Amino acid sequence: MAEIMFWEAVLRAHDEEMARDPLVICMGEDIGVAGGTYKATKGLYEKYGEKRVMDTPISEGGFTGLAVGAGFLGVRPIVEIMSVNFAWLAMDQLFNSAAKVRYMSGGQLEAPIVVRSPGGCAHQLGAQHSARMEKVFMGIAGLRVVTPSNPRQAYGLLKSAIRSNDPVFINEHELMYNMKGEVPDEEYFLPLEGSEVARPGSDITLFGYNVSVHWCLQAAEILNKQHGINAEVVDLYSLAPLDRAGIKKSVAKTHRALIAEEAEAPVGVGSEVMAIINEECFFELDAAPVRVSAKNVPIPYNHTLEKAAVPSAKDIVQAVLKMFGKA
Amino acid sequence: MKLEDKKQVLRKMVLARRFEERCYQAYIERKIGGFLHLYPGQEACAFGVMEAARPGHDYVITGYRDHVHAILCGADPKAVMAELYGKETGCSKGRGGSMHIFDAPNRFMGGYALVGGPFPLAAGMGKAIQLKGGDEIAICFLGDAANNQGAFHETMNMAALWKLPVLFVCENNLYGIGTAIDRSTSVTDQYKRMCAYNIEANQVDGQDIDVVYDAARKAVDHVRSGKGPYFLELMTYRYRGHSMSDSRGYRTREEEEHWKKRDPIFILRDRLIEAGQITMDEFTAMEKEIDNYIENEVVKFAEESPEPNVADLEKYVLAD
Repeated sequence: MAEIMFWEAVLRAHDEEMARDPLVICMGEDIGVAGGTYKATKGLYEKYGEKRVMDTPISEGGFTGLAVGAGFLGVRPIVEIMSVNFAWLAMDQLFNSAAKVRYMSGGQLEAPIVVRSPGGCAHQLGAQHSARMEKVFMGIAGLRVVTPSNPRQAYGLLKSAIRSNDPVFINEHELMYNMKGEVPDEEYFLPLEGSEVARPGSDITLFGYNVSVHWCLQAAEILNKQHGINAEVVDLYSLAPLDRAGIKKSVAKTHRALIAEEAEAPVGVGSEVMAIINEECFFELDAAPVRVSAKNVPIPYNHTLEKAAVPSAKDIVQAVLKMFGKA
Repeated sequence: MKLEDKKQVLRKMVLARRFEERCYQAYIERKIGGFLHLYPGQEACAFGVMEAARPGHDYVITGYRDHVHAILCGADPKAVMAELYGKETGCSKGRGGSMHIFDAPNRFMGGYALVGGPFPLAAGMGKAIQLKGGDEIAICFLGDAANNQGAFHETMNMAALWKLPVLFVCENNLYGIGTAIDRSTSVTDQYKRMCAYNIEANQVDGQDIDVVYDAARKAVDHVRSGKGPYFLELMTYRYRGHSMSDSRGYRTREEEEHWKKRDPIFILRDRLIEAGQITMDEFTAMEKEIDNYIENEVVKFAEESPEPNVADLEKYVLAD
């Protein structure tokens, strides 16, 4: 099992699927000649040519719609939207066309497209380049939403997404493209529905997804070493649908739950997971579940303010200690 | 177009007109719900273009005024009417309604309700055709008002840039919902806007099917031969309001009467009478026969078809 970077994992999934199926194409801004802002399509233009690796104009709504229309005829486009903030411009086509066409046609048409896009807060990118939009996508019937937290998931989810006949939105992270991790040498598909136990534990479940999985893992180490609390970390890599069974199983084991999210609290992964805990395993709980979320503000440019807006492992530790009456 | 073909076209145009008028009645009777956008007045546009194209082979997409376009591609009028009634036998299984008629086997790729939404979808179908190497073309029928959406400009740029095999048909009926084109649009001649994208374009009378057909032949040949997209603007008029909730207070009855004198069906009918292909009596008999067909077969089928099963509510949301 080789250790590769996140962007290399994404690239490998593209390359394997494009080599296998001539109807798999990719498109986006600067993905071809320039090799991709995050290198996730590096070398594909030279290998597959401009008909299959399309440098698009800066027209997110237009090229996303184009991908959907190509999908009607069996093409499987992988669309890169350079920053998730720009995906707002593609929302009409994602929401009104891609997600609804199967339903409103009575099952006659489908939009087997993949849209990948990095979101999250990086380093002082300001309010219009720091959105966390997974909460918007996960509420849309007909759209699948997944969010990898490591290179293995990035590879396995993209492979599954390309083969899926449903539209899939893959929420990546600006800061994770250079993260290293082990990826199986053989072909590997991660199912588009499910969750993974990233660290087994017995005293509390820390739910995270994408970047917040790493905060949860750091917090679990601190809790274990400094406070004798053995936390389980569950990686919710599928946001739509959420893994109800996985959530229930872990909470039934630990009887406590915390959800860590990089996004603002209102109407998000945290509120949804909390609702599922209430519906599925309320009587298993020994304490009220807690959310650790970003402040509900546009992300400020100033470095100190930016850090104050977004949660960290330290915030998770504090919230857990409070729940255990130790803070 | 050959004379004997024209007789067939006239028959189908009358069917389209009477179908739409029957929808109006069913809507008043509350048999049809939601929004209903009717096509009378504009028939020569879709008929002229589709006579020049290959229905069932070429891919067609349009907006919410879509019943007639679907039927022209080969959709069964019974399945279209059943869709308007929300029945399981409807061409979209009762899940779509008037604005979302689909018939994929006949390559009618749907009616869409976001103004301008189909532009990039059509370009995408063109991209797929190009990639697969077929001789089909994609045809996108939309109204003039859709051209004020960003999707229009983004799509025209990409279609021209990549020489996509798409025929854009602009049915310019002079109104976007209830606002006259000269009150909403800086350049009222829509074909002129194609200069900005280096797309070949033409503007012709959309009431005379012979004129539409001749222009559409050139347009279809251009696109099919791999020369890239084409934009055909057809000057036309819708007799009814934008949808059923529209009392047409924004235009004069004189203007409506002026256009009704240039009715596309009467233009073709009178030309065929003059050519000795049909008599007025035969035309009247044909209308009656079509009305009987619509009543006794189309409407009857819709009325008697079953409702969708509530247990199937969540079917078709996801595939896998």
